[in-house]
Amino acid sequence: MPKDTGIGASPKRREDVRFLTGKGRYTDDINVAGQAHVAFLRSDVAHGTINGIDTSAAEAMEGVVRVFTAKDFEGVGGIPCGWQITDRQGNPMQEPKHPVLAEGKVRHVGDPIAAVVAESAAIARDACEAIEVDISDLPAVIDMKKALADGAPKVHDDLTSNLCYDWGFVEENREAVDKAIAEAAHVTTLELVNNRLVANPMEPRVAVGDYAAHDDSSTLYTTSQNPHVIRLLMGAFVLGIPEHKLRVVAPDVGGGFGTKIFHYAEEAFCTFAAKACERPVKWTASRSEAFMSDAHGRDHVTKIELALDADNNFTAIRTETHANMGAYLSTFAPSVPTWLHGTLMAGNYKTPLIYVNVKAVFTNTVPVDAYRGAGRPEATFQLERVIDKAARELGVDPVDLRRQNFVTEFPYATPVAVEYDTGDYGATMDRLLEMIDRDGFEARRKESESRGKLRGLGLNCYIEACGIAPSSLVGQLGARAGLYESATVRVNATGGLVVMTGSHSHGQGHETSFAQVVADMIGIDENQVEIVHGDTANTPMGMGTYGSRSLAVGGSAMVRATEKIIAKAKKIAAHIMEAAEGDIELKDGQFTVAGTDKSMAWGDVTLAAYVPHNYPLEEIEPGLEETAFYDPNNFTYPAGAYACEVEVDPETGRVEVLSFAAADDFGNVVNPMIVEGQVHGGLAQGIGQALFENCAYDEEGQLLSASYMDYSMPRSSDLPMFQVDHSCQTPCTHNPLGVKGCGEAGAIGSPPAIVNGVIDALASAGHDVGHIDMPLTPAKVWAAMQG
Amino acid sequence: MAKVTMTVNGKTRTAEAEGRTLLVEWLREGLRLTGTHVGCDTSQCGACVVHVDGEAVKACTALAQELDGAEVTTIEGMANADGSLGVVQQAFQDYHGLQCGFCTPGMVMSAAALLKENPKPTEAEVRHYLEGNICRCTGYHNIVKAVMAASGQDVAPVAAE
Repeated sequence: MPKDTGIGASPKRREDVRFLTGKGRYTDDINVAGQAHVAFLRSDVAHGTINGIDTSAAEAMEGVVRVFTAKDFEGVGGIPCGWQITDRQGNPMQEPKHPVLAEGKVRHVGDPIAAVVAESAAIARDACEAIEVDISDLPAVIDMKKALADGAPKVHDDLTSNLCYDWGFVEENREAVDKAIAEAAHVTTLELVNNRLVANPMEPRVAVGDYAAHDDSSTLYTTSQNPHVIRLLMGAFVLGIPEHKLRVVAPDVGGGFGTKIFHYAEEAFCTFAAKACERPVKWTASRSEAFMSDAHGRDHVTKIELALDADNNFTAIRTETHANMGAYLSTFAPSVPTWLHGTLMAGNYKTPLIYVNVKAVFTNTVPVDAYRGAGRPEATFQLERVIDKAARELGVDPVDLRRQNFVTEFPYATPVAVEYDTGDYGATMDRLLEMIDRDGFEARRKESESRGKLRGLGLNCYIEACGIAPSSLVGQLGARAGLYESATVRVNATGGLVVMTGSHSHGQGHETSFAQVVADMIGIDENQVEIVHGDTANTPMGMGTYGSRSLAVGGSAMVRATEKIIAKAKKIAAHIMEAAEGDIELKDGQFTVAGTDKSMAWGDVTLAAYVPHNYPLEEIEPGLEETAFYDPNNFTYPAGAYACEVEVDPETGRVEVLSFAAADDFGNVVNPMIVEGQVHGGLAQGIGQALFENCAYDEEGQLLSASYMDYSMPRSSDLPMFQVDHSCQTPCTHNPLGVKGCGEAGAIGSPPAIVNGVIDALASAGHDVGHIDMPLTPAKVWAAMQG
Repeated sequence: MAKVTMTVNGKTRTAEAEGRTLLVEWLREGLRLTGTHVGCDTSQCGACVVHVDGEAVKACTALAQELDGAEVTTIEGMANADGSLGVVQQAFQDYHGLQCGFCTPGMVMSAAALLKENPKPTEAEVRHYLEGNICRCTGYHNIVKAVMAASGQDVAPVAAE
């Protein structure tokens, strides 16, 4: 029986009412009295030397408050990077400065050169056009391999080359891997591109800076997934504002998908300019501006080799990846192709030897950083594609080849530094096969053929590392931050609770699901629990939401804090009911004394905590408020098996997705409705990557896909209804809820299924196509069919 | 600048507009009706859909001055008289047809316009009609279900799971 309330139920989302009635409060809905507006003048060339900037005409325009250039930011820090990678020789990565406004050079189309603060956004934009910038074009480097060639133009003149780092993992395994590949019975090799994407949350980024002279404090309203991280990075590294004088508010945020994790120059600018201009300043990105300033995602070029023995057991994997960093290092950029990618190269399989090499490269493009999945989609795509190719080369069933190599015993220590605590990959594969009627595929294929279409079945597995992350581990790996999460549970006198969480909800429904957990623990109505997030002024220091971490890490902190609350409340109840503390039980919001008929309601105990007339003051303080910080001791490892059926039109190369099925193991599930919605959205983004989306630059570094006219977002008519299932549940062994995280799975698991399916469709007509790079546009698929 | 007057959600409202002021800017900045959102600058995303004289219109495609005297309904005008959610709004909540909520106002306004034209749309008709509204969160699955449910149809057969 589905539950009606608490953990495992699917109550309607409480946040929906405000979103459905136009009462949401997104950053662009915030207007501070007296505010001015900001527009940025951005570079229209990919690489150039700034010879001079003449702002006089702009400054003379009516309504212009002030024009800023890099010289106004002398003494101000650069935008910091939060992760330092150590290369194969043990040296730190090359880390260039990232100024708030371009200094001396522009390094990508969209690099901000100057900013106008004006009475209206329209005046600010007009004034930007009146700024005269004298730029000498320099040759740009866009292609990563060309960027590493001898004599290539350097993105940063003060670095030795465009190589950020050359990382080997696990370096000690390299010779053994080489040997295993040389001696293998069969080696399948695949070269592929993981296409550059733009995250495209529907809400463009916005920043509103406000400065209060009376107490010398600054407030930034911003579209962020992690307001505390922005406060720390911007306050400590860029502007030199102590955290107690800086408040960062991320109110309703219209989607993030990773690209709203990072600290951006516009945030620092608005905070700085509000003080400099002595009035609030607001910047709202246009979509075109978002395309050239939001951190992009993916953009890997990879060669992978999979070695198998004569019995088709995987014996070794070797990969070489070039990873695009863009022109500057975004907040977490260096970690994505390394620790979020290399550590997942074992996938669901017991391959004993793995070596991953990653060369991170600076180019004259927008910075690249984490996008939904971040490193794990790149790992999954190459692995699941090369396995499918191997199955085709060996003439074996792709399901059987996977099954034979599955990890089946847990915990399992991979050769790439992580330990899977639990899982059951056979179970999710079994579930998937039940869902897709594989036996009926040949009949469906014939039916498609009767209509002149080619039908393919593509499937794959995936695993991801979520619940990011154990601080001690990531500290050893180069993280400059801890990755715990926090929660404060404040119980009010009349029994209602306010949970203040460091996690941030930007579509995930935390206000509903987090309340389910706390209400379930106490046994009270969910409506008595309010979830507060997104404001550094009223939440404990937290690391925010990304990496499918909110419930696994933030939820765990909330559970720990609630446990403290319950323990204290039991002490109070024991005193009032004159019973031993150990005899007090809490169920359905009632405290009872075991073996007696004595009881006290939750609200009577909470009232006693704040009206301590009859209260054990000598033993415990009045009040009922507790904080917990939770630092996980491992990642969580959601995993699953995905399949799709596609139909290819041989006349045009157009691919239609007919069905998509996802069998996931997320461990325990708090709100099935929300979990399914997360998977649906991830699938759409993964299918988007596989078939439609591509962030394209020309050779000179012009961004060709800078609007929705050119960047193909998946539309409602492009997608089928999805089959999703999360009935296979191996609970996480190391967090109190047994949850693993579900936010990224769909985006990680779906691209290989689509490509495998199209390759299968083409093979049915005799087209032996080893691989087609994403996105599988009609032109590419048609060309592949022509040989 | 000129004063522009429209009937918005049943009330006469007046605010100033420049010649270049878009309807969506006039609503958001002039009237502080911030439920209507701006998600792009090329009239592609549909976050700003409102009803103008009964028709669904992307409010970034119309100039405020040209709509003097028009009758406009925004997301703020879609609830029932007693404040409860209207049929389409309620279906979006019931079927989890929204996540971050940013595309939602435009989706609801487009869906309401569709159901006015076509009271019992098929799944394919819903998907075709909503092509001009981009959602990045839901993968459209639950939006399609919500729209069909709002039309009074049983959505169990279209729900693949």
